[in-house]
Amino acid sequence: MCMTTATALSRYADLPALIGLMEGDEKHMGAAHSTLDVVWVLYDRVLAVTPATAEDPARDRFLLSKGHGPAAFYAVLAAKGFVDVAALRGWTAFDSPLGHHPDRVLVPGVEIGSGSLGHGLPLGLGSALGLRAQGVRRPDGAAPRVVVLLGDGELDEGSNHEAIAVAGRLGVDNLTAVVVDNASSTHGWPGGVAARFAGEGWAAREVAGRDHDALHEALTRPHTGRPLAVVARVRTR
Amino acid sequence: MRETFAATVSEAMDRDPRVAVVLAAISAGMFRSAAARHPGRVVDVGIREQAMIGVAGGLALTGMRPIVHSYAPFLVERPFEQVKLDFAHQDVGAVLVSIGGSYDASEEGRTHQAPGDVALLDTLPGWTVHVPGHPDEARAALESAIPGDDRVYVRLSETSNRAPRPVDGRLSAVRTGSPRSAGVVVAVGPMLDRVLEATADLDVTVAHTSTVRPFDRAGLSALVGAAGNADVLVVEPYLAGTSAHEVAAALVDRRHRQLGLGVARDRELRAYGAPAQHARAHGLDAEGIAEAARGFFLA
Repeated sequence: MCMTTATALSRYADLPALIGLMEGDEKHMGAAHSTLDVVWVLYDRVLAVTPATAEDPARDRFLLSKGHGPAAFYAVLAAKGFVDVAALRGWTAFDSPLGHHPDRVLVPGVEIGSGSLGHGLPLGLGSALGLRAQGVRRPDGAAPRVVVLLGDGELDEGSNHEAIAVAGRLGVDNLTAVVVDNASSTHGWPGGVAARFAGEGWAAREVAGRDHDALHEALTRPHTGRPLAVVARVRTR
Repeated sequence: MRETFAATVSEAMDRDPRVAVVLAAISAGMFRSAAARHPGRVVDVGIREQAMIGVAGGLALTGMRPIVHSYAPFLVERPFEQVKLDFAHQDVGAVLVSIGGSYDASEEGRTHQAPGDVALLDTLPGWTVHVPGHPDEARAALESAIPGDDRVYVRLSETSNRAPRPVDGRLSAVRTGSPRSAGVVVAVGPMLDRVLEATADLDVTVAHTSTVRPFDRAGLSALVGAAGNADVLVVEPYLAGTSAHEVAAALVDRRHRQLGLGVARDRELRAYGAPAQHARAHGLDAEGIAEAARGFFLA
């Protein structure tokens, strides 16, 4: 990892410039990425994982299930030192580790390869069950968290609903689903996305998806005995 | 073989804390006592096969060794994209154990039959495929697979040979033909006894393996080299010709002929009845194999 550039470009305000290294146009970056704020809050204030602990069995895990548009994710990984900033420039090139869909084998800190929708939540559920079965504990004594980021459009995939039902019924409380809701589901979710999770036994919270303090509060308030769903409402400009 | 599977896995769970079982309702009763002894290590997701595979991939990501089990069509075909992406693409492994084979569930009909399972897994990299021909072979295959981290498919069926053979990944001669023999017959897993019966009056080498992937190309090359003709008949209990590309690769250095027997590719058999009747309909009983062998070797 290139620590000099990582420390130079390590703030939230640097994310548009980092995204610009990939997408080449800085003017409207940031706002165009529905996941930018929630991914930043997770890595900056919620998840117990650093480049030094990226392989630690007791780390918190972030699974980007909605693999589309990963520039915001790569930018946060670069700002936090998981990915060399210089690598961003060559993204999507033949020999770049950074493609339009992330590959865990190629990118340090990426927990799953994603792109085909509906795989992240079942994988996250299995990871949470595996950590629970093995009794893994973080240094602070807490169970490692598994946080899966999905989109409301991605929820169209039935595999998510299989995992939502199982996680709720098994009370997998080290699992968190963050659903970035930009109203892109083809047929919508009458009654709201949160109700789909609440009905299956999850603690479900809705929050403004650009409000960092609100995101932090929703992601960290206790939810004992149940998995947590945080629906982050975002209007993509 | 299903009982052998449950017993072998339950014993492995007692020894190895990495081992976890993932089920989708089917066979859940057989793991009830293992589940009670090992809380959290038997996960029954209910009738949700996509989640079954995804959960297994997630368990493997945390260092566990998932053993995933259902009827072949619900284990391999229904969640095939999960099999593709949630194991190899994530660079993790699992042991997938199916029951039903091609037509054990003959009375249930097409929905419970998956003769294409091995061919489908052939489209993915890195799968070891065991097709045990005896319960002892099933136990040996599982005991070799469980300690690893790789991707293994164990295809169990109700059809069994009278005696077990070694599970060592090799193609080994059970009956050796003369130096002027007509060629080599490869019997996969439970096909061995009927192949021996069907070819009793032919001068051919009969070889057996219960591990079809990776295929023992060197072993086939050597057996064919010792035979009188480079003619190879492969008898597989799943889709006909599934291993044709392996035979072609093994014999790429010489002129050869090959024929693959197995479940018909060109039609759906709309019939119930007994597995033996399906074997007969596909030409996989001793009589059908004998007729095909005579036609191929004596032509």
